Amino acid sequence: MANPRPRVGLFVTCLADMFRPEVAFASVKLLELAGFEVEVPERQTCCGQPAFNSGDRKDSAAIAQQTIEAFDGFEYVVGPSGSCIGMLHHYPELFAESDPWHQRALELKSRAFEITSFLALHLDMDKLSSSFSGKVTYHDSCSGLRELGIKKQPRVLLSKLPGVQICEMEEAETCCGFGGTFCVKYPEISNRMVGNKSDNIRATGADTLLAGDLGCLLNMVGKLKREGIEVQARHVVEVLADMVDTPAIGEAKGV
Amino acid sequence: MEVTSQDFKKNAHIALHDAKLQRALGNLKAGFPGKRAAAIARLPEFDALRDQARDLKNHILAHLDLYLEEFENNVTAQGGTVHWCRTAEDARKTILEICRQQDAKTVTKGKSMVTEEIALNEYLEANGVTPVETDLGEYILQLRNDHPSHIVAPAIHLTLEDVAEAFHEHHQRPKSDDPAVLMQEAREMLRKQFVAADVGITGANFLIAETGSTIICTNEGNGDLTQTLPKTHIVVSSIEKVVPTLEDMTLFLRLLARSATGQEFTVYNTLSTGPRRTTDQDGPENFHVVLVDNGRSDMVGTELQEMLRCIRCSACMNHCPVYGAVGGQTYGWVYPGPMGSVLTPQMIGIENAGLLPNASTFCGKCEEVCPVRIPLPKLMRHWRDKEWEKHLTPGAARSGIGIWAFFAKRPALYRWLAQSSNLFLRLVGGKRGRVRKLPLAGGWTDYRDMPAPSGKTFMQQWQERK
Amino acid sequence: MSRAEIFNRIRTGLHIGADDQQRREAVQQRLQARAANLIPQRAQLPHDACIKLFIQMAEESAAELIELQHRSELAAAVEHWLSENGLTQLVMASDENLQDLQWSGNGALVREERVAEAGDEASLTNAFCGIAETGTLMLYSGPDSPTTLNFLPDNHLVALSASSIVGPYEEAWQKLRSTVGTELPRTVNMITGPSRSADIEQKLQMGAHGPRRLAIFLIREE
Repeated sequence: MANPRPRVGLFVTCLADMFRPEVAFASVKLLELAGFEVEVPERQTCCGQPAFNSGDRKDSAAIAQQTIEAFDGFEYVVGPSGSCIGMLHHYPELFAESDPWHQRALELKSRAFEITSFLALHLDMDKLSSSFSGKVTYHDSCSGLRELGIKKQPRVLLSKLPGVQICEMEEAETCCGFGGTFCVKYPEISNRMVGNKSDNIRATGADTLLAGDLGCLLNMVGKLKREGIEVQARHVVEVLADMVDTPAIGEAKGV
Repeated sequence: MEVTSQDFKKNAHIALHDAKLQRALGNLKAGFPGKRAAAIARLPEFDALRDQARDLKNHILAHLDLYLEEFENNVTAQGGTVHWCRTAEDARKTILEICRQQDAKTVTKGKSMVTEEIALNEYLEANGVTPVETDLGEYILQLRNDHPSHIVAPAIHLTLEDVAEAFHEHHQRPKSDDPAVLMQEAREMLRKQFVAADVGITGANFLIAETGSTIICTNEGNGDLTQTLPKTHIVVSSIEKVVPTLEDMTLFLRLLARSATGQEFTVYNTLSTGPRRTTDQDGPENFHVVLVDNGRSDMVGTELQEMLRCIRCSACMNHCPVYGAVGGQTYGWVYPGPMGSVLTPQMIGIENAGLLPNASTFCGKCEEVCPVRIPLPKLMRHWRDKEWEKHLTPGAARSGIGIWAFFAKRPALYRWLAQSSNLFLRLVGGKRGRVRKLPLAGGWTDYRDMPAPSGKTFMQQWQERK
Repeated sequence: MSRAEIFNRIRTGLHIGADDQQRREAVQQRLQARAANLIPQRAQLPHDACIKLFIQMAEESAAELIELQHRSELAAAVEHWLSENGLTQLVMASDENLQDLQWSGNGALVREERVAEAGDEASLTNAFCGIAETGTLMLYSGPDSPTTLNFLPDNHLVALSASSIVGPYEEAWQKLRSTVGTELPRTVNMITGPSRSADIEQKLQMGAHGPRRLAIFLIREE
């Protein structure tokens, strides 16, 4: 082949790795569909956000260095989370401008993309097809929305799937109350916020909740299930990649 | 006022279970954000004005000493007096001294958060001077011996019933639950006070260096009566409110009302310059400006300097989902919401107010609506950094992050940890696909289920496929 | 004591050395230039359109607009407004623009030129200018225009010459400086509609402490 396919390093994210491998597989499938060579660097762990948001800059910087090295040499770094990719975009703040790591962090930032925004730029959308059919509502996760400007991209991608009917919820842009460690540090406030969110989700009459961040999704699914609300939830890439045969998040395995 | 910021979580618990408060907070959510959005939609230049306002504030802060000097010179030239107060106590004493010179028995007050900050009312009362709050919201709070829960709508945490009861008790009139009747009662009661007061105290939205003027922006007109009728007008303001010229003030006025209440313009924007002129028929004979530092000069040149851009519009709290859930008094001091979570630790110490900058999901809504583009989440994170440095982060959180980071810095061990946790959760999740109760995760499972992993970790499966 | 300490802390924070000339120049330049910042398009209109915008915005702010062709109609219009509202008392500024009005003298109207007192029913003052951008009146204090007239009476009646209406606030500042100089009067008021409060359950009520009603008599020609 004359032109080798450009290489993307997949930033798996802890939650996809541990809770929802389908999300990472769907990401691989979509990136390959867009014509990229996808690799999963072994040395990646977490983006470091829990340390960063707890004030532990030393560990955040160490994890940032590890991530920067793990993704050296890839043309792009793509992950299925606005929050984690947003954290990669914070890396330059962790190093003094005189520190060579600052430049490396800036350089990583310029290559790091959240998946739906990346696909909106690089994927020939006519190639999308999905057997999914139903009414969906979309939650805009805060970091993706406000740090990376992700709002239209997932909706544009979904609009290419004839089976998807989007019913917007009230306050789609309001935080679900997850907030990383916030949800266990301030559980009662978090509960109120996610309670508001589940009310808004229910009010749409949608049968599926989609979002681009597993943190928010686990939080919202947990609340929907606890309240007995019959709405299924998936990461948006599962629908885009036509990987909807597996049970939705938090659903029983149909034996 | 008593500081209860240390009890933020307890306060939040009470607030979340207070049905009346939750109803009152619903009024806020249904009001300000929508009105702000509508006002902004009518002004296409709004975002460009925000950029200019941010840049202008940065310019002012880089020349703060010089603009303050200019302001002082011009106040003096117009026959007024400027008093510099490094601490809250300095400010209280200075104000009392002015009141004593006038042999003042009662002072009327316009709405002023900085006088809340320096706890002026309690101090004046203890020293034989009766302060009378004249802003309707503040008046209600004073009758109830209560404190503001919001910097623009101080009584937002109260319901009509609360106001009706307070007025019935203090006004000796038949109880009414008609807001129009209640407002009329307050109008009549306060009219006598406006005329009788010896001193009027107002805050200032801006200080104009060029002219030595102060400006207040109000809707009720109480501030104007407060500063025009008594013999002495005292303006209490923090030092960062200075702006160079009337034109520069105008830039901020275009942003202020729209960001705050969604009004095109506040009803009364009033500039005060010096005392009444010899030929004037009314107005105060004495004009004092009390400039309060109270920790602000220490913010100059630090990461927190950006907070000094704040113009006190309240948009951050109006849009904050945490404030919206728990209300302003939960924050336990004068300034609530995101701006308070940045300012309060500076003023009462991070060791007392550490829970505030942590009470944020960093959703970023506050920064999105801030008219002077203060990066509030970044500044809250700054306080978390300080807590970590000073070993103030709660022990469990600190060791939790420490253990987690130990693994996160060692990819092979991290893989093992992820696999073990994944396996554990799949075992307890069983066929239901989720867990209802999990040891050590009560914060989560008290309120929500924990979805179980759908299979082995991605890294395991990826290895197996290769 | 406090003053020196505050300045020291600011200068230390800003890392100001002994030579401060550049900063001082920047400050003086800005103060003297009195340059406008961004002025919204909305306020940059031909004069006729400014008048129209003023009317629209003032009405939106709940002010009442009464249009008059000439100042000679002012007294009758004020008398009419007062009698329609059952009012028999008017306190006025001794403003030269309000002299020589043709009061009918009919009816029970008691007119006085003085500062306002608690209990006054209505006042009449003359606006320095109108600002179209938000339908705002500008008035200022002086020997013949006491500020209390703008706030104490229940009803505030204001005469405004259409010719004095400007587009944005910036034009009002220029106009003010060219009239009074760079030293401002004790009080400059910008008034947009009657007094109001939403402090009880966020429900807007008109007439808090200032005038319950604001009636603007817009005079087309002088």
